[in-house]
Amino acid sequence: MTIEQMKMPQLGESVTEGTISKWLVKPGDTVSKYEAIAEVMTDKVNAEIPSSFTGVIKELKAAEDETLAVGEVICSIEVEGSETDESRANENIHSGVKNEGITQVVATDVSISKARYSPAVLKISQENGIDLQQVKGTGKEGRITRKDLLKLIESGNIPKVKSASNQVTAPAADFMQEQPKTTQVKAVQPIAGDIEIPVTGVRKAIAANMQKSKHEAPHAWMMVEVDATNLVRYRDSIKQKFKQTEGYNLTYFAFFVKAVAQSLKEFPEINSMWAGDKIIQKKDINISIAVATDKALFVPVIKHADEKTIKGIAREITELAQKVRTGTIKSDEMQDGTFTVNNTGSFGSIQSMGIINYPQAAILQVESIVKRPVIIDGMIAVRDMVNLCLSMDHRILDGLVCGKFLARVKEIIETMTPENTQIY
Amino acid sequence: MPVISYIDAVTTAIREEMERDSRVFVLGEDVGKKGGVFKATNGLYDQFGEERVIDTPLAESAIAGVGIGAAMYGMRPIAEMQFADFILPAVNQIISEAAKIRYRSNNDWDCPIVIRAPYGGGVHGALYHSQSVEAIFANQPGLKIVMPSTPYDVKGLLKAAIRDNDPVLFFEHKRAYRLIKGEVPDDDYVLPIGKADVKRQGEDITVITYGLCVHFALQAAEKLASDGISVHVLDLRTVYPLDKEAIIEAAAKTGKVLLITEDTKEGSIISEVSAIIAENCLFDLDAPIMRLAGPDTPAMPYAPTMEKYFMVNPDKVEKAMRELAEY
Repeated sequence: MTIEQMKMPQLGESVTEGTISKWLVKPGDTVSKYEAIAEVMTDKVNAEIPSSFTGVIKELKAAEDETLAVGEVICSIEVEGSETDESRANENIHSGVKNEGITQVVATDVSISKARYSPAVLKISQENGIDLQQVKGTGKEGRITRKDLLKLIESGNIPKVKSASNQVTAPAADFMQEQPKTTQVKAVQPIAGDIEIPVTGVRKAIAANMQKSKHEAPHAWMMVEVDATNLVRYRDSIKQKFKQTEGYNLTYFAFFVKAVAQSLKEFPEINSMWAGDKIIQKKDINISIAVATDKALFVPVIKHADEKTIKGIAREITELAQKVRTGTIKSDEMQDGTFTVNNTGSFGSIQSMGIINYPQAAILQVESIVKRPVIIDGMIAVRDMVNLCLSMDHRILDGLVCGKFLARVKEIIETMTPENTQIY
Repeated sequence: MPVISYIDAVTTAIREEMERDSRVFVLGEDVGKKGGVFKATNGLYDQFGEERVIDTPLAESAIAGVGIGAAMYGMRPIAEMQFADFILPAVNQIISEAAKIRYRSNNDWDCPIVIRAPYGGGVHGALYHSQSVEAIFANQPGLKIVMPSTPYDVKGLLKAAIRDNDPVLFFEHKRAYRLIKGEVPDDDYVLPIGKADVKRQGEDITVITYGLCVHFALQAAEKLASDGISVHVLDLRTVYPLDKEAIIEAAAKTGKVLLITEDTKEGSIISEVSAIIAENCLFDLDAPIMRLAGPDTPAMPYAPTMEKYFMVNPDKVEKAMRELAEY
């Protein structure tokens, strides 16, 4: 036995309500399907309402002369039999919807929505200096909504973006002691498929040194173009014999290190270090050279480079590089550098802006030697050209002295011929 | 203040204007003795006589054409299309003549006609008695399209349309005729054409719509209010030209916008509303603009289940509103 509801039917276009003018049945009466149960009056017609079910009238929900909207229940009828198909169908639909909802929630990634900001949210956060990383979103999948920010502003408890100006006002003498601050910005959230690599050991040291240098030393940058045609000819003419005799390569890099060491001797200002309230000019000329492995970067040191021959430097470069690659380099072999020469040309670079090897005063990048058309005495010639890029700590050095230093290195390189340059 | 139905507000506005101005007359199919198939002109024939309440042949192009001609000669005709669906044979008259005559004649001529037509579905009217036709006329400068939602707006805007010196299409939702009732003052008031109206103040989401859907939005807003979601409802009232200022203000207020029309979605009135918001409110938006509309199908289906599927209703509006509020 189930109770069915009879509803006010729609009796014509634009008809939205009907008035029961007369009931033709009373509770307890047995009616068959299509039997008239009431007379109804609308704006347009007077009509009889037929019963939709066979059963016993249970309750009349409206009095005579009462006006009901189309679809409202007018009476209930008790019907033989079990649950109707319609109600069961509805249940199925409902449970289906529920299941779908659950799968959807599982499949979506919360972090994506969190980091996606609407234009309104960005605008409000910028106007009020709100650090969105610190805001908890209440929107769909954790999205930060405009309203979240308005509530924050109203509460007055605004998570501010850390301003850089605090650090600028610190006394200069504290620079050496002050550890570079880890930024307040939270780490990027990895999503599925990303690989997470923990920062440890050498990578951590590199990160700290680079950050410290870039953070503390105001970097200035300059570049000179050098005609290395003579050097290329000279080195090409002897490299095979050298390899046979010595057992290792005579690289261009050795010539450059030699030229730099010689120039540093003439410009001791460049060979100096920052010590907070003073600048220390170093007596020894120890050249740090950057040696990269697949995963890290080491800077072993060629000590007293100014006292060594090109052959001596070439051998030391080979040995140090070998030690780095086999992991047998010792820490004292990477100390006491006073100036760094970086062989960026080895991986094809033609221009780069090095970060100074702190606390040294400057770093020189030796770029690729490339054949280029050059105008000499009004004629075009094919020459072997190389760029030398210098980054300097502008607290210690100014453009003039660095320019002179680079001009001297250039001069030495351009005049490297068998006549004036000894390998041994 | 008396409470009257939407259709009574139509009749009242026409009667009062006919009493006020002897140039105002009514023409259309069955508008005279029968008082209109929906009874919108009920009693006017008895009050004003057959010369001012004219039954016409079953020819919409003639109804529009006669009206346009009379308007150009200084009369104030109110032409009734029995159903908005039947306005199509008169489109040439309306767009090529009525809309353009002031521009074409360098301001020498004008055409102060009102064309009334019942539109909209949900009344089991199927293809020829359910359409929304406003989008057809909504890029014709020279025309105005008014689609009021409440009896109060009907009276004030229909009077304004009759007094307007240019052609106005006045679309009345046929389901609203007897479904919607409201307070309407007895006095002679006029509402501005081209101005939208805030029907409900809210903070969380903005709903912009017109016609019967305004009531669906208000009903749903009431339900959401009990869950602490506050809904701002803007009734466009005039759908062409649009009240851009009000649209921008309403959209920027909450940054979350739901646009609703009973018409099919693509190229509808709300598509233009969406464009206005996109052009002006980018940095105020907190969610993608959301549209709720009829499916892009050729006609309102006849089968009740299919008609229900097609029509916007309070449940669909509520669901969309909740979705937007949660975004």
